[in-house]
Amino acid sequence: MPTKTTPGQDLTRGIWRENPVLIQMLGLCPALAVSNTVQNSLAMGLATFFVLFCSSLLVSLFKNYIPQEVRISTYILIIATFVTVADMVLEAVVPETHAELGAFIALIVVNCMILGRQEAFSSKNTVGRSLLDAVGVGIGFIIAMLMMGSVREILGYGSFLGFPLFGSGYEPWIIFILPPGGFLTIGFILLAMNWWEKRKADRARAGTLADGAVGRAA
Amino acid sequence: MSDDKQVLPQTGADGAGGPPKQEEVSSLKLLITLSLAGALAGLLIVFVYQLTQPTIQAYKAMKLREAVSEVLGAPERWATLYVYDDALALSPPAGVDAATLEMVFLGYSEDGSVVGYAIQGGEPGFQDIIDLIFGYDAQARTVLGMKVLANKETPGLGDKIVKDSAFVAEFRGPEVPLVGVKMGRASGAANEIDMITGATISSRTVIGIINNQLERLGPMLEAYLEGAS
Repeated sequence: MPTKTTPGQDLTRGIWRENPVLIQMLGLCPALAVSNTVQNSLAMGLATFFVLFCSSLLVSLFKNYIPQEVRISTYILIIATFVTVADMVLEAVVPETHAELGAFIALIVVNCMILGRQEAFSSKNTVGRSLLDAVGVGIGFIIAMLMMGSVREILGYGSFLGFPLFGSGYEPWIIFILPPGGFLTIGFILLAMNWWEKRKADRARAGTLADGAVGRAA
Repeated sequence: MSDDKQVLPQTGADGAGGPPKQEEVSSLKLLITLSLAGALAGLLIVFVYQLTQPTIQAYKAMKLREAVSEVLGAPERWATLYVYDDALALSPPAGVDAATLEMVFLGYSEDGSVVGYAIQGGEPGFQDIIDLIFGYDAQARTVLGMKVLANKETPGLGDKIVKDSAFVAEFRGPEVPLVGVKMGRASGAANEIDMITGATISSRTVIGIINNQLERLGPMLEAYLEGAS
């Protein structure tokens, strides 16, 4: 049975506890492909945020008018429209970043994170809560992208947002801006997160045992 | 994650054979919903297209201007020439859309003398088409400069054709046809280009684009200059 959440939880759970990339493992394709610099990560994160927000708005607004039989087609249509809008706006506003992101902007259409939120949340919740959910998940995605982008740009280019960090003596780890670097980076981030979670759980268990409380630690 | 599971029963209701949980919706209503959504989506896209297109076109034109200016060493002005029927012409022939024709740019210095041509070209590199523009002095038969306009070469390796300033500088002044040589194997001939270690295919493509374009366009470029003088 689904547990009922408060509006506050709708907003916050997507940011970290149910982070789309790091916990749910959704949207990994752009997270691996275009996270080679902070700038690209940020542009991709913001574009995805925009598409997710607008799609959640429309889907939750019109959920009672969209027949069950064509709901997926309609969601895809809505998402594709906003992706096209984002694509054109990025090309007009930040043409160089747009060129770097290439086909991955268009591929936001098939980002299962966005379609997943429409199907799982926006299609059965009010407009307000759908937007809170979209903002939370969108921010979660941007955070994950920035984590990836920072690690890869600092190691792979020796710079952050284009500013050199280490001087001319630094030999960049080119592997980190190549595709394997994406897999390595996400692997190490997940490793660190799981290690941290396990340590926290272990401590909580040790704490409850020391207090003499029984049965609370699962 | 928990609310993902909520979806499953509904998805099941769509499957063949399963008892429909809600009343049957007429095909007409489905058709109307999708048509309406499609029409609205189309309208929105057209609106944003109208809004953004001028900026996008202006940016592309500015990039091209910068590139022409760079590969010809900042000429005073230049003329746009259209390639049609194996010859260059100042204006597109009647009845032909100028946008569909290949263009070259002929730069002039302040005293009106010809600096050279700026020519665009593109061929498949290591990952995708490499698009570049280069300056060419048709009288001395030398390359004046080269600038890559678009590429998807490997970051850190193939993209050195853009980022390695020593490689880019090699294209200021060599004679044609260009010959790519491995780093350190140059014999000192005037048409040699040192290729980039780790970016052999990308370097070779850049050299190939220039050679192929000149092989094809070279006679036209010289014929036009002779006709003009």
